Amino acid sequence: MDEQRTHVISALVLHKPGVLQRVAGLFTRRGFNIENITVGTSEQENMARMTIISKGDEKVLEQIIKQLNKLIDVVKVRDLDPENTVKRELCLIKIHATSEKKRSEVIQYANIFRGRIIDVGPETLTVEITGSPGKIEALIDLLRVFGIKQIARTGPTAISRGTLD
Amino acid sequence: MKGSEAIIKSLKDQGVDIVFGYPGGVLLPLYDALYDSDLEHILVRHEQCAAHAADGYARASGKVGVCIGTSGPGATNLVTGIATAHMDSSPILAIAGQVGTALIGRDAFQEVDTLGLTMPITKHNFQAMQADEIAGMIKSAFYIASTGRQGPVAIDLPKDVQEQEFEYKADFQIDLPGYKPTRKGHPGQIKKASNLILKSKKPVILAGGGVILSESSDELLELSKLIKAPVTTTLMGKGSFPEDDPLSLGMLGMHGRKVANLVVDECDCLIVIGCRFSDRTTGKVDEFASNAKIIHIDVDPAEIGKNVDIDIPIVGDAKIVLTSLIKTIGKLKEGNPGSTKEWADYISDFKINCIPRLSFEDVPLKPQQVIKEIRDSIDYDAIVTTDVGQNQMWMAHYFTSKIPRTFLSSGGLGTMGFGFPAAMGAKVALPENDVVAVCGDGGFLMVCQDLATVREYDIPVVVCVLNNRYLGMVAQWQKLFYDERMSHTHLGEVPDFVKLAEAFGVRGERVEKPGEMKETLQSALKSGEPTLIDVIIDPDEILPMVPPGCGITEIIGEYKVEREVPGEIPYRAPHKEKEGE
Ligand SMILES: Cc1ncc(C[n+]2csc(CCOP(=O)(O)OP(=O)(O)O)c2C)c(N)n1
Ligand SMILES: [Mg+2]
Repeated sequence: MDEQRTHVISALVLHKPGVLQRVAGLFTRRGFNIENITVGTSEQENMARMTIISKGDEKVLEQIIKQLNKLIDVVKVRDLDPENTVKRELCLIKIHATSEKKRSEVIQYANIFRGRIIDVGPETLTVEITGSPGKIEALIDLLRVFGIKQIARTGPTAISRGTLD
Repeated sequence: MKGSEAIIKSLKDQGVDIVFGYPGGVLLPLYDALYDSDLEHILVRHEQCAAHAADGYARASGKVGVCIGTSGPGATNLVTGIATAHMDSSPILAIAGQVGTALIGRDAFQEVDTLGLTMPITKHNFQAMQADEIAGMIKSAFYIASTGRQGPVAIDLPKDVQEQEFEYKADFQIDLPGYKPTRKGHPGQIKKASNLILKSKKPVILAGGGVILSESSDELLELSKLIKAPVTTTLMGKGSFPEDDPLSLGMLGMHGRKVANLVVDECDCLIVIGCRFSDRTTGKVDEFASNAKIIHIDVDPAEIGKNVDIDIPIVGDAKIVLTSLIKTIGKLKEGNPGSTKEWADYISDFKINCIPRLSFEDVPLKPQQVIKEIRDSIDYDAIVTTDVGQNQMWMAHYFTSKIPRTFLSSGGLGTMGFGFPAAMGAKVALPENDVVAVCGDGGFLMVCQDLATVREYDIPVVVCVLNNRYLGMVAQWQKLFYDERMSHTHLGEVPDFVKLAEAFGVRGERVEKPGEMKETLQSALKSGEPTLIDVIIDPDEILPMVPPGCGITEIIGEYKVEREVPGEIPYRAPHKEKEGE
């Protein structure tokens, strides 16, 4: 019962000003952990989908879901089953690389991770990579030796597999 | 039509005939429209009182109360009242003016983020950016405030939106896809609960404010008689069950009746209805009703399991759920007399031995005696409000309530200053009923300026100020838990409350000896005038209590009982018995 687990909560919300504040405020006020939150449009007009990553035991998770459901602007809430969920994150990494040698190494690593070079400057290369948070961590670790100037991550968004709701 | 006219039309369409408010710069358009309208407006003397009055109106009548304040300081003054209503699930609509839409975000004069401020203390809030949104918003606001778990809704109204001309269309839709309150209980859960109740030998019912909000007092009484279960209530549940009934235990919790606290500890099945298990009700949660299986009926699913683990939850409106529960138990019970007679006999023995003592001849007056005389002076349908502090807990503990919506008190937020303006709102809602506010000398001073309002509008409430020259409840904690270090709780030179009342043109009376309260209150009610009664009471009287963090059986302080020589209280201390087994 008391086991802490990371949960992926998917919430369909009205696409209205203030809805992010309502959700974020709820988490702060009730002391719920929030590791990450992503928001974007959904398949339904006027609705956005929020993906919230939160850590807590079963009781806390139950409260999170119930409290989210109480918000008038929240239409539907699901705790996604980790076994049946695909989770992806987008990450942009700007690397300091001037020499040919360094640049080609970066490009090779990016290729192995199915990343792409999306910008080249006189002193920098920018890699785009999509994947599970673990895969992104791995690439970041590899690229560290070259000198990372900036990282921008979206945080994971998620969807259930197959016909699951 | 103008936005301001749409506000008034929409309020009237919802059946509103009176609002409590205070104008200001950004509300000029709305107040200009009010000038020509037949919507009654009561000009309070502080916006906090507008919110509490709307709240008192709602609690007394069951209808949504409406309050209005200007932008900035008007809105922040409303905040305490909105939060009070939120904690106690009271349906009010708070309308706040806002600076013009073009100025929002520029730190304009009297701009405050009302939406942000009220987000955590409302059930929902809105900001109108176009006049054509107003009608839908007000309709939605009333729907949200008064259905499901009730609560306050706030609407932020920028000045230019009030002025904007638009074409009013009557056929607007309200669209709330994220709001679907559950009303009917799950039949499987009801069946399970019925079986558990019938198997139990020592059932107890705990009724909260939800019983009053769902108007299910008749069903509560029926259930209690059907299964012969005694009923205790929370502070908010006071009035949901007749406290003079043999099965009534009175209030539970930190300042609860001894019999209630001990019996809940001993019961084997606790049926909890419309209650959120506040820490003031449960005491230490691990020890709360630890011998019982708990059934929890509540309209708000988020209350289930929030503070206390529940064995059988039933989500739904208490009235509907209780009706099915009674039916199901009735069917299952046919030909089975049940096994709770012994329990009922035990309870009545128990009760007789710990009825709190109310009669005291002392001068200065004991609050118990004052409350007894108040009870003797008014009908059961009279509405009493309390403030917060000892006055509130004495009233909760010693005052017998029988009828829902007649005992109004700030339970969740514990807002000093609630009692008097709430009484004002209650009297406006139900002018035929006597309305008496019982306040502390500290709390009343926080809102005393509204004596001007009751005078101006002839609202004949009676305010009884229990004058102990102390912030009594805080002083009580200092005496009990802080080595009697009375830091800043002595009020020193309290004002002459009689003269204070008279300065506002309100009748002022003083009561100092046993017998005077009854006489003075009765003549005040007969006068039909707003009256303040300054009641000089003993500052040393302490109400027995459960220290914070303790189980509810650990009552400290002398529990004075009515019987001269009380018999042994037949409490069976279930925990200890268990250890011996
Ligand atoms: C607005 C507000 N401020 C402070 C408190 C904390 N508080 C709770 S009871 C109390 C003392 C109230 O004194 P009084 O109104 O004289 O009532 P008494 O306890 O003496 O009956 C205080 C200060 C509160 N509940 N509300
Ligand atoms: Mg006092």
